[in-house]
Amino acid sequence: MARAAAGLLAAALLAALPAAGAGSADAERGHALFQQCKRCHQAGAGAEHRIGPHLNDVFGRTAGSLADYRYSAAMKAAGAGGLVWTGATLDAFLADPPALVPHSRMSFSGMAAADDRAALLAWLRGFGGGRSDLPSAEPTATPEEYGLDPAILAIRGDPEYGAYLAGECITCHRADGTVEGIPSITGWPPDDFVIALHAYRQGKRVHPAMQLVAGRLSDEEIAALAAHFQRAEDDP
Amino acid sequence: MNKSNGKGGLSRRGFLASAAAATTALSAPAVLAEGRPRVVVVGGGAGGATAARYIAKDSDDAVDVTLVEPSRAYYTCFFSNLYIGGFREWASLGHSYGALAANHGINVVHDWAVSVDRDKRSVGLAGGGSLAYDRLVLSPGIDFRDGSVPGWDLSQQNRMPHAYKAGSQTQLLRAQIEAMPQGGTYCMVAPPNPFRCPPGPYERISMVAHVLKQSNPTAKILIADPKEKFSKQGLFEDGWQRHYPGMIERVGPDFGGGNVEVRPEAMEVVIDGEATKVDVCNVIPAQQAGRIAALAGITDESGWAPIVPHTMESRADANIHVLGDAALQGDMPKSGFSANSQAKVCAMAVRGALTGSTVFPPRFSNTCWSLIGTDDGVKVGASYEATDEKIAKIDGFISQTGESAELRKATYEESLGWYAAITGDLFG
Ligand SMILES: Cc1cc2nc3c(=O)[nH]c(=O)nc-3n(C[C@H](O)[C@H](O)[C@H](O)COP(=O)(O)OP(=O)(O)OC[C@H]3O[C@@H](n4cnc5c(N)ncnc54)[C@H](O)[C@@H]3O)c2cc1C
Ligand code: HEC
Ligand code: HEC
Repeated sequence: MARAAAGLLAAALLAALPAAGAGSADAERGHALFQQCKRCHQAGAGAEHRIGPHLNDVFGRTAGSLADYRYSAAMKAAGAGGLVWTGATLDAFLADPPALVPHSRMSFSGMAAADDRAALLAWLRGFGGGRSDLPSAEPTATPEEYGLDPAILAIRGDPEYGAYLAGECITCHRADGTVEGIPSITGWPPDDFVIALHAYRQGKRVHPAMQLVAGRLSDEEIAALAAHFQRAEDDP
Repeated sequence: MNKSNGKGGLSRRGFLASAAAATTALSAPAVLAEGRPRVVVVGGGAGGATAARYIAKDSDDAVDVTLVEPSRAYYTCFFSNLYIGGFREWASLGHSYGALAANHGINVVHDWAVSVDRDKRSVGLAGGGSLAYDRLVLSPGIDFRDGSVPGWDLSQQNRMPHAYKAGSQTQLLRAQIEAMPQGGTYCMVAPPNPFRCPPGPYERISMVAHVLKQSNPTAKILIADPKEKFSKQGLFEDGWQRHYPGMIERVGPDFGGGNVEVRPEAMEVVIDGEATKVDVCNVIPAQQAGRIAALAGITDESGWAPIVPHTMESRADANIHVLGDAALQGDMPKSGFSANSQAKVCAMAVRGALTGSTVFPPRFSNTCWSLIGTDDGVKVGASYEATDEKIAKIDGFISQTGESAELRKATYEESLGWYAAITGDLFG
């Protein structure tokens, strides 16, 4: 409890000092480092949940507490157990995500350098404190980045076919969404999922096993898989 | 040869096997039990556990699934080499059948299947009694071929372990390696093709070398190999050179590696007429389908059971499906990954035949990781399709020599993820 209160206080103090965010050189570097998160998270005005929850007002947030994002059981349990995001807890989480929250669904192997983490967190603080003048959110990976035809994103997949095709995937990607050496692919927004698989299929993301898997999937099959994996593991 | 009627008939057989089955039949309304098609799966390994789980899970109780497996816990052959190398605890390789029974309503019968009556469609159990089936799935793994290594038979397995079915054999081999005298010799008699896990013997050599390098650096490793070439050969030989220079000697067929006899009493290996005294002798004999497949009369002269690729049905009997190592299927290597992949195709075909559920086009894939040294993982993988003739390879990939240490570490870490994922898919 004391920790939570301290976190809230720190967040409030920092929010009152917006200068600590946007302008400083550290924050500039932090912005660049956010590239590593951008694939999954948005921050800024209009930020939405993508593969991960949006990161506005993350300082002071109880872990796993946004009602409209489907967290893993592990992240919700961490929050219920008292984990609140503060400078210290975020620093520990970014250094080694599974060490702080085992079995979470966040596929990020960690940011080793302490000064990188400090810079990134300094920048993220700029998106806190309920500010109404947030810089607008940068989109996460967009179809344009891979030149994907919007018609492909518009295909509605057949989840029943997706469930069968998924049999191949869950020999490697854990069905319960846990990250362990291989990323988590459950509970993804379909667009992000389709984009990722087309990136492998086109060789724009390089990984021999995934390129082989994606290489023989048709557009319809990718859409079917996206429809299936849109569900989180504990959805009915 | 028995002719099958080709239909998954629902006729009721009078006899019931285990006490568990008997109680269900007595307490449940008989009508209900009669209406549900019955699947019996023999072998609770990579193929059998997957098939049982997928048929039960995806049919929402519409199919009655019984799994026959003698062991209470399944110890995976996959990663058993890592246990020998000290990278894995023994307990981490064991998996119970509890969740299959509790979460998926599978009737798990701990017994041996000893006969198959294809006309009556029933499986006889060692403990007495039998189990009637509409569809039978056999995934019994491998058995060894008698006489393939002169001087060795199963009665010698405690002196010269195979450690090619995981369990006490694996623990015994590790203990023997640890007990080797300084500067002693470990010898592997490698199997001829086809055999379970093509990179398995060579991953084992890497793990034995890893252990000896630390505890017994002057020890020698000798491989007598009847094969010209082996899986991931370039990758293994490159790794052995880097990690264990001068420690490993392989005698291929050109130098008599295929002409081997063992003398368990004297702890000698005779290669091309020349006897060598060794301290540990790991004999991995030639292999064939697990015995029950031959007892069912569905193997051919090769010793393996030919199947129809689209459904994994036996070519000899459409009411029997064969999975994994025991199947003669074409291009897929005999691996846990392959068995799991084949089982999903089989489960879909069985459900389709018995309940009329949708049958999608079959697809198969495999990836095999091997660990050569600490954080030095490699992999090989391929995708496959069903043709009328066989399961045919479409495309594949393999790790390259000269890859960065970082990539090799990531590959090893992937294999840890795969192990967690596939064992969850088998027993979860
Ligand atoms: C050292 C080693 C390393 C390996 N490494 C890998 C790897 O990294 N990746 C990989 O994918 N594969 C690997 N494999 C291969 C993998 O273990 C096998 O290919 C896989 O287990 C085959 O599955 P299966 O279902 O055919 O047989 P199994 O998994 O062997 O299962 C057969 C089961 O049937 C039971 N059984 C047999 N006869 C009867 C009967 N009459 N009645 C009832 N039950 C019966 C047995 O008790 C057993 O539990 C390795 C193998 C070895 C030996
Ligand atoms: C591959 C996608 C991915 C990447 C990359 C990623 N995250 Fe996440 N992140 C997630 C997911 C998914 C969750 C939700 C985890 C769960 O529910 O178990 C999450 C959760 C979080 C949370 C907890 C939020 C909450 O509401 O409790 C924080 C904080 C976070 N991420 C920060 C970051 C930062 C900072 C980075 C970049 C350094 C990053 N993440 C990179 C996917 C990702
Ligand atoms: C042989 C193991 C294996 C199989 C089978 C497999 N994957 Fe993957 N997958 C991986 C690995 C390893 C990665 C990480 C690759 C990388 O670093 O880019 C990955 C990455 C992904 C990603 C991107 C994850 C991210 O965080 O960006 C998606 C999406 C994905 N896989 C979907 C699938 C789907 C869908 C299937 C089944 C059709 C599948 N995978 C089958 C091993 C596998």
